[in-house]
Amino acid sequence: MTKDKFMLDKDGIAKRIAEEVKDGYYVNLGIGIPTLVANFVRNDIEVEFQSENGILGMGPFPFEGEEDADLINAGKQTITALPGASFFDSAMSFGMIRGQHVDLTILGAMEVAENGDIANWKIPGKMVKGMGGAMDLVASAENIIVAMMHTNKAGDSKLLKKCSLPLTGVACVTKIVTNLAVIEVTKDGFKLLERAPGVSVEEIKKATEGKLLVEGNIPEMKL
Amino acid sequence: MIRKTVANVEDALQGVENGMTFMLGGFGLSGIPENAISELVRLNVKNLTCISNNAGVDDFGLGLLLQKKQIDKMVSSYVGENDEFERQMLSEELDVELIPQGTLAARCQAAQQGFPAIYTPAGYGTEVSQFKETREFDGKMYVLEKAFKADFAFVKAWKGDKAGNLIFKGTARNFNPLMCGAAKVTVVEVEELVEPGELDPNQIHIPGIFVQRIFEGKNYEKRIEKRTVRKK
Repeated sequence: MTKDKFMLDKDGIAKRIAEEVKDGYYVNLGIGIPTLVANFVRNDIEVEFQSENGILGMGPFPFEGEEDADLINAGKQTITALPGASFFDSAMSFGMIRGQHVDLTILGAMEVAENGDIANWKIPGKMVKGMGGAMDLVASAENIIVAMMHTNKAGDSKLLKKCSLPLTGVACVTKIVTNLAVIEVTKDGFKLLERAPGVSVEEIKKATEGKLLVEGNIPEMKL
Repeated sequence: MIRKTVANVEDALQGVENGMTFMLGGFGLSGIPENAISELVRLNVKNLTCISNNAGVDDFGLGLLLQKKQIDKMVSSYVGENDEFERQMLSEELDVELIPQGTLAARCQAAQQGFPAIYTPAGYGTEVSQFKETREFDGKMYVLEKAFKADFAFVKAWKGDKAGNLIFKGTARNFNPLMCGAAKVTVVEVEELVEPGELDPNQIHIPGIFVQRIFEGKNYEKRIEKRTVRKK
């Protein structure tokens, strides 16, 4: 396994994903690493964050003493609304998502398969908390980036031939950014685009159970 | 003007019985009908089915009904943050139907607007679409999801007038507007109840036609589930 010092941490993954956020994008961020992406988006571009509980133009956490119980994000954290923000009901919120008006969806996953299937909501036999808005997001969004660790705590690959856990959506993930690599999901399998600094192609191959396509020289991520 | 006001929460919940199906607005603890929930606890009605995005926390929101074992079945999209819920679910005292959040919203809205069912891509190819009718439109697969049927909808709005016109605040809006008129009886509690004419008709989110009973709620706690702040 790769030495820890070469792998990206959660902030590193978020920083790399922030590069995928383009000028003029409406973006939905899931809970966990995806939430951190907002911290690294360039400030010379115009981006609005959507939270599916009913806000576009979500801002940072409020200053102490300014928290409002009527203003939270999908993770139930207190937030602020930026100038130009709007509020709406849950049907309109998922209308934005289902109608493909949201340009980019970033979410976490337990497993991704080489055909783009994603599993991130249920581990049979363990407490099931529910899918929230994840199934709606992955069923409709055209541009879905998964932010996750390449392997689970036991060291097993999370990039699989076929998901073992109950699916959240089928053939929907477009890109994966892990602590080891940036990978595109193609019809032929996982295509390696970039390596984390100091991580070798061999190490990525070893940590990837699904079919990994390696074409030519694989550059290191620029962070 | 058709007056929708009732004197208090006791009058507002007249007709509530054991075994009924309720819709309850709110996302997390934001925009939940606190007064109606307290009254349901006091009435101690049992064997309820509750349609609500979340299930509250142990000691607040729907968690209060769970503690008293008043709920037989929950229909929700996300139910974390609640130990008692987890215990009842794992011991099979509580029946739980988990559905995608957008589907939950759409099934409320379908009931409100007279659609028997809607097609959504959410959940296709997953266990959510098992035993459900699916259909292809323009090369993409969709799942047929039916409108909810409920006896009461309990809704929380920010301001309302005596004709039942409603305005919601911030992200406390969430499922509340979609549940208005989606059940046989819609009961709305507001933080501020005003005379007709005081609310600008241009700013109304939900017209009073979708509301049967409205009252001004009391003692709102408006609890924050995850307080996140930054330093000045």
